[in-house]
Amino acid sequence: MSEIDQSKIRNFCIIAHIDHGKSTLADRIIEMTGLLTSREMQSQVLDNMELERERGITIKAQTVRTVYKAKDGEEYIFNLIDTPGHVDFNYEVSRSLAACDGAILVVDAAQGVEAQTLANVYLALDHDLDVMPVINKIDLPSADPDRAKEEIEDVIGIDAEDAPLISAKTGLNVADVLEQIVQKIPAPGGDASAPLQALIFDSVYDSYKGVIVFCRLKEGTVRKGSRIQMMATKATADVVEVGYFGAGQFIPCEELSAGMVGYITASLKNVKDTHVGDTITDAQRPCDKPLPGYKKVNPMVYCGLYPADGAKYPDLRDALEKLQLNDAALQFEAETSVALGFGFRCGFLGLLHLEIVQERLEREYNLDLVTTAPSVIYKVYKTNGEMIELTNPTNLPDPSEIEYMEEPVVKAEIMVTSEYIGAIMDLCQERRGAYQGMEYIEENRAVLKYHLPLNEIIYDFFDALKSRSRGYASFDYEMLGYEKSELVKLDILINKEEVDALSFILHAGTAYERGRKMCEKLKEEIPRQLFEIPIQAAIGSKVIARETVKAMRKDVLAKCYGGDISRKRKLLEKQKEGKKRMRQVGNVEIPQKAFMSVLKLDDD
Amino acid sequence: MMIKEMEIYLHIPFCVRKCAYCDFLSRAADEKTQQEYVKTLIKEIRGYGSTYYDRVKISTIFVGGGTPSILTGEQMQHIFDALHQSFQISKDAEITIEINPGTVTDEKLCLWRQAGINRLSIGLQSVNDEELRMLGRIHTYGKFLDSYRAVRAQGFQNINIDLISAIPGQTLESWRETLTKVAELEPEHISAYSLIVEEGTPFYQMYGGSGENKKETQDSLLCGEGTHRYLPLPDEETERAIYEATDELLGRYGYQRYEISNYAKEGYVCRHNLGYWERKEYLGIGLGASSLVEHTRYHNTSDYEKYITGVEGHKDIREEMEKLSLADEIEEFMFLGLRKTKGISAKEFRKQFGKTITDVYGKELKKLESENLLVRAGDRIYLTERGTDISNAVFIRFLDP
Repeated sequence: MSEIDQSKIRNFCIIAHIDHGKSTLADRIIEMTGLLTSREMQSQVLDNMELERERGITIKAQTVRTVYKAKDGEEYIFNLIDTPGHVDFNYEVSRSLAACDGAILVVDAAQGVEAQTLANVYLALDHDLDVMPVINKIDLPSADPDRAKEEIEDVIGIDAEDAPLISAKTGLNVADVLEQIVQKIPAPGGDASAPLQALIFDSVYDSYKGVIVFCRLKEGTVRKGSRIQMMATKATADVVEVGYFGAGQFIPCEELSAGMVGYITASLKNVKDTHVGDTITDAQRPCDKPLPGYKKVNPMVYCGLYPADGAKYPDLRDALEKLQLNDAALQFEAETSVALGFGFRCGFLGLLHLEIVQERLEREYNLDLVTTAPSVIYKVYKTNGEMIELTNPTNLPDPSEIEYMEEPVVKAEIMVTSEYIGAIMDLCQERRGAYQGMEYIEENRAVLKYHLPLNEIIYDFFDALKSRSRGYASFDYEMLGYEKSELVKLDILINKEEVDALSFILHAGTAYERGRKMCEKLKEEIPRQLFEIPIQAAIGSKVIARETVKAMRKDVLAKCYGGDISRKRKLLEKQKEGKKRMRQVGNVEIPQKAFMSVLKLDDD
Repeated sequence: MMIKEMEIYLHIPFCVRKCAYCDFLSRAADEKTQQEYVKTLIKEIRGYGSTYYDRVKISTIFVGGGTPSILTGEQMQHIFDALHQSFQISKDAEITIEINPGTVTDEKLCLWRQAGINRLSIGLQSVNDEELRMLGRIHTYGKFLDSYRAVRAQGFQNINIDLISAIPGQTLESWRETLTKVAELEPEHISAYSLIVEEGTPFYQMYGGSGENKKETQDSLLCGEGTHRYLPLPDEETERAIYEATDELLGRYGYQRYEISNYAKEGYVCRHNLGYWERKEYLGIGLGASSLVEHTRYHNTSDYEKYITGVEGHKDIREEMEKLSLADEIEEFMFLGLRKTKGISAKEFRKQFGKTITDVYGKELKKLESENLLVRAGDRIYLTERGTDISNAVFIRFLDP
């Protein structure tokens, strides 16, 4: 393969708020650069997981290389690095950005700049990327491109004067975007003969090729047979293949050199050896120092995942292991619950990550799951000077052994139109938020700044935010640190027996309210049984709320004659089947969905 | 060849007007359709002659509907002529026909007696005209009394009266009134059913399906403006109080409960229905009629056109043939037999299935006994009152023997 001229490479990503049209624009760029014909294009080539397509979000970074013949007659190689689009994956986003030299900022002509847009732009600017704005969806009746431009200039402070006005959906003016990529996004630098220094921005597991590392070469060259080392994990391996990204396929090539984006497969067994953000170098001729910005990502949210059918425990373990191959951030370890049997305590980057993993397990692995209430990591300082990081409420030590506890707090920015400021401030107040200030970014829009305990936002904060602002508020957060807090463990007793899977930790001030709501909800969910069942919420030995499920009074069929018998048997079988799917706690049968229902206690 | 006993069920799918709670296969129809149906029914009956005449003896016949009494006396006579020619019918066979007040005449009654019909089942449901109207019945209590006197005058000595309890707006008091008035007429048999809100009935639309929805629908209907104001269904507690009151009150008048919803004076239990609970073989004739023959359950097509053309064209009109496994039969033995007040016999179990009931259900029986849902006394196993109230919850424990 001939030498590639660095000046003809453009490495860039597209950043946007959810639904502003990132993936659609990516599709158009791929289509119009001629790598694929229109007929070959399936809508949204990059989001290749079924789930991603359905939710319209990108979970894993996807990358594609295309060739564009510009108006100056030259051919340019475009490496489009599609980044995950959610705050849960902030670190992955930052590493993807670090692999780029520029970014296309897509702003919806009708919606304007949103909190997440801001967060991503700042992240891009932090990485010294040249940000090139594009106004999308100008074909919508509600489009107001001038206002969108103004917002980009006022709020973000970058020039939007000649931002292309496009419709990624119809392809309108996307050609201008391609030209601007050539003109505005800088070519990469780096010395192909220097010691190898490559940034890992993602990795996937392929059952044929093994671990495939996605990387951006900053310095040096790598080719088949090179012995490489991961600088953070110290893992070494021999390169089996290098290549670049076709649309949905890997295309091997001779070598990758400084400025290029591509993949490496090597004699690596485990994606755990290839941390996103780590630097790959040559084992024989290492570079002086790794690229900046590497950190090990740690889960922020934990919950128990149990198979609805206890016999499926090994299947769940296999599925988690397989998922982990492609998702280094997912952690899990075996645990046992009295109520739910054998399962796993799993760690996630955030609630979306949790939901995605849960959905993939259910859909791709056909598993029925019972999930316990998500929990953050609490720091428990014991009287004996020991500190434990608590991920499972059941493991909370006896109160007499606890000196004090700390909970994680985030710095949140909520962007909202002025009419909803009051409602959103009320919400933050209810969620124990500490007001930090407010900035008007234009006449009727403001950014509210709060410090919020993480455990107050992992349940339904996002839903509440949307419902109280009629969908107009957008939200972004980052970890701030730990703060001392008055926390208690709320236990649920069903027929006087503690149900460990329903225990959780919360602020003492909200315990009564939550305990009451949980009891009410459980009363609705637990069907009447042969005997009366008390449902109690307790803190320690103190009962703070109680409901009763009355004993079943009547379950009888008045008529059963010649024509009813077959149907009668089927009804009985169905009834028995329903009973089987319930969880036995003591001698009470609890439907699976009762465990889940307490996660969604409506705000009323 | 051994001659075995068998029962016959005959379906007449016509009525004057459909009631609000009824989910039986029945509809109003013109005379021509009725005549066409009777002709086809007779053809179906005759078709069985060659198979069954020499092999079975008919112990009971039940003509149900719909409202079989809607047919003319002559039509019924022709049907019974066909039955007598195609089947050997026991001399002491119990032969029942369902009737509705207002559809009987002396002429019909006379012909029925000649045809061998010796038991009448009258659909009264309530003595309260307001309740009758609400159920969508075509008759009043007064009209019923006329019919009742007429059938007694014609010499019928085995009469059942059907009643429905727990109907919307009903109180324990109004129910007691119905029971008392009916008991004082001294019919030989009383069936008292708790209302079942069946899917596909007007009542279902009014009162909805299960639990939560039901309540909501009910509330919204009650609050609804306009002409339709629906009365609420009695709650579970009232419904059970009504059930208990039934047993107690009828007991005082000399009726014994022998099945969940059936009461009889000594010697007058309905042998035909008892056959269903004791898994006797029965042959269903007519539109949609069900059968249990040779360890197989099936029913005739419920599609009127298919039925008529099927019988005419000598096609197989049977549907949903289900060959019962031993396990199926054991299950049925339990959940049908335990409907009876005297329950099941351990000896009978062993005779039918070749193993003891303790081998199959020993653990469950013990547990149910300890939960006070079931009693084991000598050979008999039967449900307690509590066990009867929640009998479905008991029956499911006998599934998958």
